[in-house]
Amino acid sequence: MAYSFPEEVLEHVFSFISSEKDRNAVSLVCKSWYEMERWCRRRIFVGNCYAVNPKIMIRRFPEVKSIELKGKPHFADFNLVPEGWGGYVYPWIVEIARGYPCLEEIRLKRMVVTDESLELISKSFKNFKVLVLSSCEGFSTDGLAAIAANCRNLRVLELRECEVEDLSGHWLSHFPDSCTSLESLNIACLLSEVSFSALERLVARSPNLKTLRLNRNVPLEKLSTLLQLAPQLVEFGTGVYSAEIRSDVYASLTEAFSGCKNLKGLSGFWEVIPAYLPAFYSVCSRLTTLNLSYATAQSPELTKIVSQCHNLQRLLVCLDAYLYPIQVLDYIEDTGLNALALSCKDLQELRVFPSDPFVADANVLLTEQGLVSVSEGCPKLQSVLYFCRQMSNSALITIANNRPNLTCFRLCILEPRAPDYVTFEPLDAGFGAIVENCKQLRRLSMSGLLTDRVFEHIGTHGKKLDMLSVAFAGESDLGLHHVLSGCDSLRKLEIRDCPFGDKALLANASKLETMRSLWMSSCGVSFGACKLLGEKMPGLNVEVIDERENLDSLHESCPVEKLYIYRTVAGQRWGSNKVLKKALLVKESD
Amino acid sequence: TLNLLYKTYLPSQTNPQNQSISSSFYPIPLAGKSRNSPEKPSNNPFLQSFDRLISRIRDMDLNFEATELRLGLPGSIDDQPEIKTSPSPANTNKRSSSEMGSSISDANDTSRSPPPAKAQVVGWPPVRSYRKNILQGKKTDESELGCGIYVKVSMDGAPYLRKVDLKMYKSYEELVKGLQTMFKCIIGLYSERELGYNHGSAYKPTYEDKDGDWMLVGDVPWEMFLSSCRRLRIMKGSEAMEG
Repeated sequence: MAYSFPEEVLEHVFSFISSEKDRNAVSLVCKSWYEMERWCRRRIFVGNCYAVNPKIMIRRFPEVKSIELKGKPHFADFNLVPEGWGGYVYPWIVEIARGYPCLEEIRLKRMVVTDESLELISKSFKNFKVLVLSSCEGFSTDGLAAIAANCRNLRVLELRECEVEDLSGHWLSHFPDSCTSLESLNIACLLSEVSFSALERLVARSPNLKTLRLNRNVPLEKLSTLLQLAPQLVEFGTGVYSAEIRSDVYASLTEAFSGCKNLKGLSGFWEVIPAYLPAFYSVCSRLTTLNLSYATAQSPELTKIVSQCHNLQRLLVCLDAYLYPIQVLDYIEDTGLNALALSCKDLQELRVFPSDPFVADANVLLTEQGLVSVSEGCPKLQSVLYFCRQMSNSALITIANNRPNLTCFRLCILEPRAPDYVTFEPLDAGFGAIVENCKQLRRLSMSGLLTDRVFEHIGTHGKKLDMLSVAFAGESDLGLHHVLSGCDSLRKLEIRDCPFGDKALLANASKLETMRSLWMSSCGVSFGACKLLGEKMPGLNVEVIDERENLDSLHESCPVEKLYIYRTVAGQRWGSNKVLKKALLVKESD
Repeated sequence: TLNLLYKTYLPSQTNPQNQSISSSFYPIPLAGKSRNSPEKPSNNPFLQSFDRLISRIRDMDLNFEATELRLGLPGSIDDQPEIKTSPSPANTNKRSSSEMGSSISDANDTSRSPPPAKAQVVGWPPVRSYRKNILQGKKTDESELGCGIYVKVSMDGAPYLRKVDLKMYKSYEELVKGLQTMFKCIIGLYSERELGYNHGSAYKPTYEDKDGDWMLVGDVPWEMFLSSCRRLRIMKGSEAMEG
């Protein structure tokens, strides 16, 4: 074509396009753009490790520097996915080691990572820089030792909420003295002690260290040592924030904190001795992120803290979420959320966790009022995760009117099927208002008493909804049908304990190919319907996860326990480490 | 009232006033039984056998307590200690003898007694386990910093292993209930008197202790079990019968 740009120019233009969606769009323009784009794509995101296999990926994108993979479905976080289901990363590492020797970054979420995998990673990529493991399991500190020892240019090592077998705290000593490139170290989820002297030396020789998140075993008394070695820190996670009250410890901690002029984020705080909290008051005005969710915050302390954090954008707290029934209905204690509403006008994200979900405490602290106040007072609030004991339609409607800019709304009323506590009606109207007013809503989790009506609202108004989580809700297949037929942007749907059966699923089978995945557990989908879907839809893997015996003789009409459906171009499960004896992979070929 | 709709009473409630045994975790009423009405004899055989089971559990409570090993002086336990997880309103202010550890969370506020503990639905509320561990750590004593005690559980014939956090449970009954839910089998109840589980059940929960020996779950006091259990195995069939 006479007027087409030379390749180099196009490539240069493409280099400014980083989002996967845009890249995918670029590659669809024409064949030559497809070709050019695939050679210059450097980052790959695979939302479901079973949707594609690494060989296909490597064939199409030969020069990749960064990979992100996700394994188990979200409900695995709540123990709904049995062990042995899958999400093994090793087969991917084997292929990537061969196909991408220049790979620099690996990010994994909800995958099973073995020490073997970590060792292979540490030895296969000479320029390896970034390893982030979120909610992963299957490895021990031996694997971490291999990473420390062999990755000469490691910049980022983050273990976020992983389950790690703690064999020895000495793995940190495997970082060679020559390693000075570390920018981020997150070991918060490790349960046992790491060698403090090794940690100290590592921090001392890492001038670029910006993020340091310690585990709970690093004592409060030692924090000032580390902070003084790394005053350039931007994100810092303490260990247990409690110790014998000593003025010298307090003084040096206060001084150390005030020396950190770049500190924007704080976390950690397992157990808090309030006397030590003022030690970090000097950094409050600069804080944009504060995670206090590992200790139950007492209202007065929280109030004092948030009142000083005028630039706070993200707050995670843990509050007693139990309202003692009826007797104290009128008693609303200021939880500090009201202080938040007054002081933190830049707040974008709020997460409130319950302090003890299973045993009701006599403390009364949190009602839905806290959330209503924050929705009124914080104009930039976009993302909410809120656990509570009671909710009303009027509160939800108020929140929806206050904050039409919400993009993520996750509400968990601790009692399944709890109705509006004032009117005893279902919460359909409340959640309906949320989806109707918040036109940019991308993620929604619902709870409480909900009929099919709420799903009608969602189907009608939730056009931008990307992920929906539903539990103990709905009355009939109509509910599911509304969602599958109405939500144009839906990619992830997870459902548990709802009376949804075959009809809506089969009627909307083609919708499933436009989504990443669908999870349904303790619903009413029959074995026969699963088989039918598997047979008729070659682009889907239909997995029945059922722990009953005699699965082979399961009757067609029998409802399955758990169902996980996802689109895939990889065919049946690729490279599972174990044979899944009783999870049936139902596909066309079966 | 709203209150009763959402309370769950574990069958082991010793309060004779409380007759409502059938309310489940979510308000699905049992046939023929009004949630608020006191227990009445029912013509429904299912309910009858359920009622019998509950009475037996109540009886067993007392036996269990009587035969539990204690290190304290005889008579040092004043009133009815809590062995089960649900404190009835009368007893919440006392901790049971310190050797046994408390199976109930502190109730420092003596003016209000907390509602009973709930039967646990798997995966609800949607709080990640590490959060639960951390927060529950506050309730136990100094030594353990709230790390969960995760052990693997296998059941003969089941394709998947499970992991349970033993610290989520405060008694054998809760543990067995949790396992039952997980594996959907009827393990039954441990009875000191019968020295083993109900013969009606084909499943026997066993565990491997620190020394590598396989023991029957329930043989030792709960706290001792917590510190020595390495993993669980629910045995099935004839193998289990030999114990």
